[in-house]
Formats: sequence, C-alpha cells, structure tokens
Amino acid sequence: MKALMFGWEFPPHILGGLGTASYGLIKGMSRHKDIDITLVLPKPWGDEDQSFLKIIAANKVPIVWQEPDRKFLKDSLEGRISSDEYYHFRNCICEDNRYIGTNGIGSVEFSGRYPDNLLEEIRNYEAVAGVVCRSNNFDIIHSHDWLTYDAGVKAKQITGKPLVIHVHATDFDRSRGNVNPTVYNIEKYGMDMADHIITVSNMTRDTVINKYHIDPRKVTTVHNAVTPLSREILDIKPNNNTGDKIVTFLGRITMQKGPEFFVQAARQVLQRTPNVRFVMAGGGDKMAEMVDLASAYGIVDRFHFTGFLKGKEVYEMLKSSDLYIMPSVSEPFGISPLEAMQCGVPTIVSKQSGCAEILSKVIKVDFWDIDAMADAIHSIVTNDAFAEYLKVEGKKEVDEIKWEYAGDKVINVYNQVLGYK
Amino acid sequence: MKSICLYFQIHQPFRLKRYRFFNIGADHHYFDDANNEAIIKRIAKNSYIPANNAMLQMIKESNGEFKVAYSISGLALEQLEHYCPEVIDSFKKLAKTGCVEFLGETYAHSFASLRKENNEFEKQVEAHSKKIESLFGQKPTVFRNSELLFCDDMVDRVLNMGFAGMLAEGAPQTLDWKSPNYVYCSAANKRMKLLLKNCGMSDDIAYRFSDWGWREFPLTADKFANWIMNNPEEQVVNLFMNYEVLGEIQNANTGIFDFFKALPKVAASRGIKFATPSEVINNNNPTDQISAPHPTTWANATKDLSPWLANTIQNEAFNKLYALTDKVNRCSDKQIIDDWYKIQSTDHLYYMSTSFYNQTFCPYDSPYDAFINFMNVLSDFNKRIESFFTADISEEELNSLVKEKLALEAELAALKSGKKITKSEAKAEKTTKKAAKETKEAVEEKQVVEEKKVKKAVEKKPVAKEKETKKKAK
Repeated sequence: MKALMFGWEFPPHILGGLGTASYGLIKGMSRHKDIDITLVLPKPWGDEDQSFLKIIAANKVPIVWQEPDRKFLKDSLEGRISSDEYYHFRNCICEDNRYIGTNGIGSVEFSGRYPDNLLEEIRNYEAVAGVVCRSNNFDIIHSHDWLTYDAGVKAKQITGKPLVIHVHATDFDRSRGNVNPTVYNIEKYGMDMADHIITVSNMTRDTVINKYHIDPRKVTTVHNAVTPLSREILDIKPNNNTGDKIVTFLGRITMQKGPEFFVQAARQVLQRTPNVRFVMAGGGDKMAEMVDLASAYGIVDRFHFTGFLKGKEVYEMLKSSDLYIMPSVSEPFGISPLEAMQCGVPTIVSKQSGCAEILSKVIKVDFWDIDAMADAIHSIVTNDAFAEYLKVEGKKEVDEIKWEYAGDKVINVYNQVLGYK
Repeated sequence: MKSICLYFQIHQPFRLKRYRFFNIGADHHYFDDANNEAIIKRIAKNSYIPANNAMLQMIKESNGEFKVAYSISGLALEQLEHYCPEVIDSFKKLAKTGCVEFLGETYAHSFASLRKENNEFEKQVEAHSKKIESLFGQKPTVFRNSELLFCDDMVDRVLNMGFAGMLAEGAPQTLDWKSPNYVYCSAANKRMKLLLKNCGMSDDIAYRFSDWGWREFPLTADKFANWIMNNPEEQVVNLFMNYEVLGEIQNANTGIFDFFKALPKVAASRGIKFATPSEVINNNNPTDQISAPHPTTWANATKDLSPWLANTIQNEAFNKLYALTDKVNRCSDKQIIDDWYKIQSTDHLYYMSTSFYNQTFCPYDSPYDAFINFMNVLSDFNKRIESFFTADISEEELNSLVKEKLALEAELAALKSGKKITKSEAKAEKTTKKAAKETKEAVEEKQVVEEKKVKKAVEKKPVAKEKETKKKAK
C-alpha cells in the first residue's frame, strides 16, 4: 500500500508537537513492511531520518516548466531530490501555475515555519501537491493538521484516491473559542472532503463532531504515543543545586497552555510551603504578562523564567524537576506530560487535555481549579512516598504507550477506507 | 442438626470533606457532615429500619427460633445515635428479645490489629465492647475484625481480651479443600474457635440475588433451604454480609425482605435451626485446625488486604497514621481521641486503591485525590497533637521519659509478683505509683521550664546585640 502524506514539520527541526507526533506515527506504521510512506514537507533540512520513509521536498518540486542549466539545477536541488526525480516531477505538471512566484528551477520557496503569509504558503503547497500526486500511483492520501488539508483535498480531486485527515488540533483549542473564520473555513472544508478523519483524542473528536458538524461515523480517535528516550537523554544527570523542590511548566507560554493558572497556584503554594521553586520554561506571547503577574504577586524570588529551551535543554530541565505541570485550557493531546513521565517526573495534567484520557498514574485537575492544583503540588513536594509512587508507576505506564499501537490503528483506518475489511 | 449462622455487618465511615493544604492549622473540622448525614439517613430509611422491623417480626413469629448476629462499628453507632436514633431504639428492642447477639470489633473499624508495637487494637476493642454494653446490655464474646481480617498473629491478642471465638473469611488460601461449614480452631492457639464465611452462599444472597443473568435466578427461600439440606453432614452454614444488602444493595423491589421473612419457616420445615455465633461455638467441637500465616479478608476477588493496603500510597498513609499512636495516647483531649478514631476507618485506605476503583459511596474523583485529602487532614491532626503539649519536647526526651515510665512499671510488677500483697501493702503501692507519676510530671515540668528559659535567653540575645550595635553607632 502506498500512502502519500502531507506534513508541515518533521524532527529534528520542529516548532511544536506536530512534528514529533508525525514522526512517531510514521515510524510506528513503518513496522508493517507492506506500507510504503511518502511524506511531502515544505522545507526539509536534509538531516531527517529517511530510513523508514521517503521525504519529498516541496520547495524543490517544479510547478512551472523551466529548462534550467544542469549545473545550476544540481546546485539548486541541494541533494534534497535527484535530477531524475526533478525531471519526472516536471513531466507531471498539468496546470498553469505561472501566477505563483517561482525561482529559477520553477519551484516555490517555503519558509517551513508559521510565517505571516501562512495562507499564501498553504496555497503554494497545494499547487505542489497537484504535481506530486500525479508522480506516482498512490493508494491513499493522509494530511496532517489544517495547513495541509487543502493539499490533501487537491490530491484527492486529481487522483480520486481516498483522503484521510489527521486532526492534531483545531482552532477551538488554539484560540480558546475565538475562532479565526478563515482557519475554520479551511478546517471545515478539509473535514467535509475527507473520507475519514483521525483525531488525537476523544475530546478533539467531540469538537470535530459538534463544532464542525461531521458525521460521527467518519471520525476515529487514535491517541498519540511517545517515542522511547535515547540512551543519551536517559544519561542526563539531574542538575538541581538549590536544595529546593522544582516545579516546572514547560511549553509555549500562550493562552492555550493556561500559564496564568500555574502562576496563581504557585502563589498559593509559596504562601505556605518553603523549599519550593517554580520554573516557567519556554517562550511565547504571554511571557511578559506572566512576568508581570509573578512580580505583582511578589513571588519572583522563587519563580523563574528560562526562555525558550531547545533540544537537549528540554530534557535537562525535565530531569532536574520534581514535578511537571501542564495546566492547558484546551490541549488536543499533549505529548510533553508523557515525556516528563519518561524522565521519571511526577505529573499533573489538566482534565481538558487529551492525554488525560489515556493516563491514570498522573494527577488530573480542572485547569481553572487553582486550589486543587496547589493542593496536589503541595502534596507531591512534601510527601516523598507519594512522589516516588507517581514517578515509578508513571514511568511504567508511559513505557506501555507505544507508537506501534497507534500505527496499527491508523492502518486499520486505511483498510476500512479502502474497503479491504 | 444443621444450623444457619446469620451475621450482618454495619459500618459507615465519617467521610472526609475536601480539605486543602491551606486549611492545615486553620480548620480542625475534617468531616463532610452534610454528605455523611444524607447517606446514613438514606440507608437507615431504605435498609436498617425496614430490616430491623422484619427481623423483629421473624423472631416473634418463630417464637424465638430465628436468631441473628450483628457487628456494628463504633463509628456507625455514633452516626446512628446522632442522625437516626430510632435505629438504635429498634436495635435495643431486638437486643431485648434475647435472640440477637452483638459481636465485638474495633471501635474505629480500623486495621489497628496489624500493628503489633502498641495496644491501640486492644484499646479500640475495649472501647467498642463498652459502647455495646452500655447501649444493648450485652458484652460481646465473639470477635470479628474489620473487613473480616484474620491472621495467626492476632489470635492470642483476641484470646487475651476474653473472646472465645472469631469470625473469618472462608478464603481459599487458608481453607484449601476443606469445607467452611464446620467449626474450626486456630492453628496458632487451639483455644480460639473459628467460624468461616460460606462465600458462595453468602454472595448468592448479597450480590447475585437480583442478577437476571445468574443461572439460579430467581433465588427463593425454598431453593436456598434445599441447598443447605442437601449438603451432606455439615454442621453450620455461615452467612456473613453487609446489612445494607437488605434494601440498599438489593433494593426492596427485588423481594429481598420477603426472602428473609420466608427463611425461618422454610428452614424449620426441613429441620434446619438458626444459631448465633456464640451458640455455634459453644455447641460444637472444632473439626480441624485452620492456619492463616498471611492476612485474609472478605475482599471480593483476592480475599486479602489488596483493596486497602496494596500500593505505596496506601501503605504510606497507613504507616504515617499509626506513627502517631504513641503521641495520641498521651493526649487526654476528647476531641482529639474522637477524630483519631474517625480517621482510622479502613474506608479512607480503600478510597486510595488504584486497582479497585469502582466505589458507589466514594467521595473522590481519583485515588490520588483521596490520598492528598487524607494526608492534609493527617498533617493538621499531627499539628494539633503537638500543640497539645505546650512545650515542644524533643523525640529523645520523650523516649527517655517513656523508658523511665516503663522501668517504674516493671519495678512495680516485680514487687507485685515477689510478695503476696496484703491490702495495706497494695495501698502503699498505690501511693508509690502516685509518687512515681508525680515525679514524672515534675520532670516534665522542669523540662518545660528549662526550655522556656532557654527560649527566653535566645530571644534576649539579639536584643542585647542590637543594643550593642546602637551604642557603637553612637
């Protein structure tokens, strides 16, 4: 079975959870040898792990006929795709895309991030999809997240193959209800056109059914999982010289993640408990506001901001923590609590997080219930046996949440859509 | 002659209210009064009152042939006295018939029997016996432990308190191939007779009675009596269950009351008697020995302690709770002793179970919630005990005092055993005892005074320093 996937991010260059999830899922699916996955990315960096899938660089695929000089072509392709592939793609151009600004080899430049002209990038990506889908005989099309829905729909319309879209988040999660109409429009169109929809949690499934008015029979939940940690990460030593317990918030400091509830709970705990420090790790548009809030509460001596953490720093932070909290207001899934549990850190998640549906060895509180959150923090930092229990049992639990199982479920969806069973 | 030994358990815990850590030190009331009241009133209305009426009627109609035993925890009695005194009255009526036996148990419905290092267990059993005697005019002679907990270690302790028999679960791990329908004695001490629950037949009534999917449905008194009659050569069928089975677990519509009402007549026509546990124990010789090296309970599947003491957090809570025993015993404050009993009931541990989480009366969302709440209450309780002793005596000092006390007691015991004590001598001893106590108190007081002095000195020092610095500045 040949699957054509559209994605936006892929490790090691990731901006959010989407890349991690796509990677884990595809790797989990690749265990089945009869599945052949091709992933289109706007701008791969060339250092992606391609051992279990084929990556097509959208910024190297020609969408306008050009006859570049051989040497120039080779330089321009930067080894992302071969010249033969380039010519093969060029033969698949069936539409007039000359209204789109292209470079010397007839390709579009993508930022591969989330720039201001995101909508333009989405349109261009769609045009690339029109070329790629003709280049091979794919059986099924799979789009990850709303940025690639249009590309998926385009491919479906051209090839007539079934489309599966994977909802990693909806705009209702990102905006706390103040939905952007343009984004909603793209999401709704993609969902309407899809043959099947995969959501990352039952909570997201409910949103898709109730807010996007999709037939429930068309929506299946496949919970995310987590990739086992590498030896290198496991060997990181905890680094806490303060002698205090460290309670960590780790993630983008945005409205969706509920950082203010963390600050408020911290204030309550600090009023009564000595020897605790709170760390807010990450960057985001609410950071300045949080610094103000912490100062207004007068807790900045025990409340620290790290700014954006990348790569290994994330795990160093986690390993040095005694407690991890994700108070998200609306989290479609949330892989980071699972990563904290892998590092052996007791974890509190909000009941409004998708991952709460599959975790039992964590403490669950409503994101707005600051009293409950403060109480749980107090209990874990003052009671070592309780912390140890959550640490050991949490690790055991999370080690059983594997991408292989998620991959199997996705393949079941494929078979169902294709009428194989 | 075969007999049925019917025994009902009544217990309701004082459920804790939502107690946050910022309440610690500020709020000393731990219990969810509204919820506890609502639950006990509902159960009394659905179960205890109609069931008591039915029992009374059955005793009258059978001319005292029908017999039944109850074990009511001290905490349940307290709640009943407070919220539904009419239930206590109807139990008093039942007690007067002479056909009802009240069994001994721990006042707090606790697992104090698992702690060997102190006499908390004995204290609670004594408190419970006193309570039963004062209410119903009977002194319990047969013992049943919380959740039918039984193991060899506790046999001697129970015997020493004057109980001749104990009820236990007919757990497969102790019973093996043997039938529960005989009187046994304990392998640890043969003077202790044991009655073992017939799990199958008890659960037929308690859980399967209204189960449409059960192949024996519907269960009638006739059918049940035939099962007993057709059992070859067995002495006694021990039917142990919660009293709430009548009217609450099996609601009145299922016909559970009619089933019980029909039982005496149907049994009599087949020559089956009813007997109280003490009658069974007195009239039968033990058939064999039963050994239980590991604790057994009436937990549904596993018949061990796993619903209460399996995971780390349950054990942590249990150990932290009983670590306070010695301190509490040195308090005389009634409120503290009351609360001490209420927080010991096994239910608090059950709410923390991670594998048996399907409670109907459970007030928590998750086992962790239960743990957090309980530990908050416990730390406030701990603070209260500590503040009860105005001077903060350090652990070492406390230990030395306890040692002194023990030494004095040992001396006294030696004196007692050494001589035959005449009355005058006994008096003399009493005075020495008093003297010993007084000296101990004096020692305590001295320490208090000394400590205060030290504290004052410490407080004075910085003042002096300040004065010095001021002088220098000048």
